[in-house]
Amino acid sequence: MSSVNKRLAAKPADYKSGEKPIWCPGCGDHHVLMSFTRAFAQLGLPSEQIAVISGIGCSSRIPAYTNCYGFHGVHGRSLALAAGLKVTRPDLTVVVASGDGDGYSIGGNHFLHACRRNIDMTYVVMDNHIYGMTKGQPSPTTEPEFDTALSPGGTRVRPFHPLVIALASGANFIARCFSGQPNETAEVLVEAIRHPGFSFVEILSPCVTFRPDEKAWKDLVRPAPVAPTNDQGKAARRLMTDDGFNVGILYRGNRTPFQAMVGTCNTDLLELEKDFEL
Amino acid sequence: MGALPSISIAIVGSGGAGALTAADALLEAAGAAGWHGLFTRTMGPQIRGGEAAGLLRLAIHPVECLPDHFDLLIGIDWLNAHRFGAEIKLGPQTLVISDPGSGEPPPIVTQSAARVVEIPMKEMAKAVLDGRANMIALGIAGRLLGFTTEQVFAPIEKRLAHKGATAIEASRAGILVGFGAAAGIDFDRHLAAPTPNSARRWLLSGNEATALGAIRGGIRFAAAYPITPATEILEWLAPNLVKVGGTLLQAEDELAAINMIIGSSFGGTPALTATSGPGLSLMIEALGLATAAEIPVVVVDVMRGGPSTGIPTKSEQGDLNIAIYGLHGDAPHLVLAPQSVGDCLFTTQWATYLAEVLQAPAIILSDQFMGQSRAAIERPADVAFIGARTLAADIAGAYKRYAMAVNGVSPMAIPGTSGGQYTADGLTHSERGTPTSGAADHSAQLDKRRDKLEHFNFGDHWASVEGNGNLAVITWGSLTGAAREAAGRAVADGIDARVVAPRLLSPVRPEQMTAALEGVKRILVVEQTHGGQFHKYLRAHYDLPAPVRVFHRPGPLPITAGEIHRAIMGWK
Repeated sequence: MSSVNKRLAAKPADYKSGEKPIWCPGCGDHHVLMSFTRAFAQLGLPSEQIAVISGIGCSSRIPAYTNCYGFHGVHGRSLALAAGLKVTRPDLTVVVASGDGDGYSIGGNHFLHACRRNIDMTYVVMDNHIYGMTKGQPSPTTEPEFDTALSPGGTRVRPFHPLVIALASGANFIARCFSGQPNETAEVLVEAIRHPGFSFVEILSPCVTFRPDEKAWKDLVRPAPVAPTNDQGKAARRLMTDDGFNVGILYRGNRTPFQAMVGTCNTDLLELEKDFEL
Repeated sequence: MGALPSISIAIVGSGGAGALTAADALLEAAGAAGWHGLFTRTMGPQIRGGEAAGLLRLAIHPVECLPDHFDLLIGIDWLNAHRFGAEIKLGPQTLVISDPGSGEPPPIVTQSAARVVEIPMKEMAKAVLDGRANMIALGIAGRLLGFTTEQVFAPIEKRLAHKGATAIEASRAGILVGFGAAAGIDFDRHLAAPTPNSARRWLLSGNEATALGAIRGGIRFAAAYPITPATEILEWLAPNLVKVGGTLLQAEDELAAINMIIGSSFGGTPALTATSGPGLSLMIEALGLATAAEIPVVVVDVMRGGPSTGIPTKSEQGDLNIAIYGLHGDAPHLVLAPQSVGDCLFTTQWATYLAEVLQAPAIILSDQFMGQSRAAIERPADVAFIGARTLAADIAGAYKRYAMAVNGVSPMAIPGTSGGQYTADGLTHSERGTPTSGAADHSAQLDKRRDKLEHFNFGDHWASVEGNGNLAVITWGSLTGAAREAAGRAVADGIDARVVAPRLLSPVRPEQMTAALEGVKRILVVEQTHGGQFHKYLRAHYDLPAPVRVFHRPGPLPITAGEIHRAIMGWK
């Protein structure tokens, strides 16, 4: 973070666009937006130096509500699009926003490879255990017994464990937050953005429309009882054994971020032709 | 028989026998001596242990298609050579060199009137320390075609430089044995002397030409998922992009590759990916995004036999429909097709320029035939097409990324530009970029994206139009060379023919096509598809002002000039 670029006394409001969110009243994503703008203000980044990249779904509407550069792309591919941007524009701060359907189902393969590739960016998944925009179908984090029109009586399929998968795949920073704690979430986002490499922040963000039961999350979450570890083995055990409601930074790795092969810019194009001359 | 303007050689052998190395060296020797040439490798899907044939045509003029018949066939061995039967046509003028130790020649030889001369290449190789039969074959071919030993040594020494003096000496000795073995053979089909030309020939594949064209046009980022027959584009770009300040990222799949290049281009770095039909199918959704969000990207599809996995190592033109019509919604975009190995450079450079200037995705339809053929050609001319999009700078007031503009192209802000913040979106959006489902914005933005392509002046490069005869051969892509040669023969036979081959397939150019077909009395459409996709495309978009016949056939067999010539001459 260059202090030269730091704007004096940046305020969260500086990072909001005038667009009114389409989210339902009470949706956790309103709070996530608040956490984004608070984090950006705390970092003091010029808004034109931030790119917020998303796919499709309720959570993926977030870029246009910020005053940053944004990309609301196709379903599930935000991490790939962000990789192409960050590799060619390392000067930008790249934040990717997704949901449990966009990020873990249709975009699941990119999640693995983004963790593995470890490009310096921050991946925020607003997880509400449901497809909200299409009105209530099960996602990879929906409980097996949860009844929906598409899965009468429940999916009977075990949910996906995103944090463990992120750890196994090589993510360099792993945290869980709760949208109802916007200040704490903003603090974690600041740390995630500052941390080199691929940072993964799962935000439990209730869907009050299709999962009113998730209003209870505010009483279930608790700060993780121990400080973050940089030991993958310890982190794996903790992530596998907690009940999904420990919040805070859970793992800080020290892998070297991806470095693109970039040479000098001044090779004459005529030099390249020499491969072909007889 | 005196000196011929063109001569063709096939060298076959089982995988690992080195048939391709020998043919490639022969092409290089010819190119260095000032001839033109085209070398196509044909092989089965096996990585090792299959069969391989090098098909080579050398000439005093540019070569853009294979011959009707081969003048010389050398069988290092005949294992599985029957698989090439349909691709290697022999005539009474053909000389076949066969190794008696490799058994009977295949039916393509025995059922032809070709003359067979037996030379025990394997036995001869055993007499040379570390000798290999393919070097004997190379020597035989070199001698029969009239090369000097030094001309044949040079490309082999270059290839073996990393293996050291012993390997080079073994090859030289083998080539000399081959020269000796061929000395007594009566073979009077000699290549005419090349036209003196001080310019050095280039030796490259269409895929390499594509990659160089991309860099010349301004591409500085590529994302890649390996696929036959496009991988060579990516493998050439990987080290060479780095030399010009760019980079290549290997993607986890084609869905990632296309989205990575959209991200790069959104950030201001012109970007490309290369794939084949199966990969293009996966990229289609994101190409719609690039169209709607007006992000320039270049996608090269090196077409292979389809549908589905099809025939990965063989050519076909069956991706025309998906390239033009595959996107859902009304999604105007660019589709271009190079016409030869050398033209892969121009067309890719031009496509990159067009994509950038028009802020639209461009699909380039190359194919396996020209992509993986290697050609000895004149250095392609330098052209001034360098992608430069209209950028928004010094933005005062509210920035409208998708503002209506006279030519449909609105200045694009790239991240980092103060005041230019906007969200690129695949949702229907307003001029500001804000999502909307309103009818007025929807139709205004659809108009904008259509008009910027349709109103652009593409100039003369939209097509190759050659001749003004009253029979028009309309074709496209790598068939252009064969059509041109067929038309030339028809003209020599007294049929006045012309060739019209669009390089720009979308947007269509009705006025230019009407002009190109002026005075035409008959139209022969030639394409390498099963379903006649190009013919239907022409019918849908152009007035064809004369009776039409269609000569079309799917891959994998190349359509030859001779077949097109017969289709012309047979039209009474």
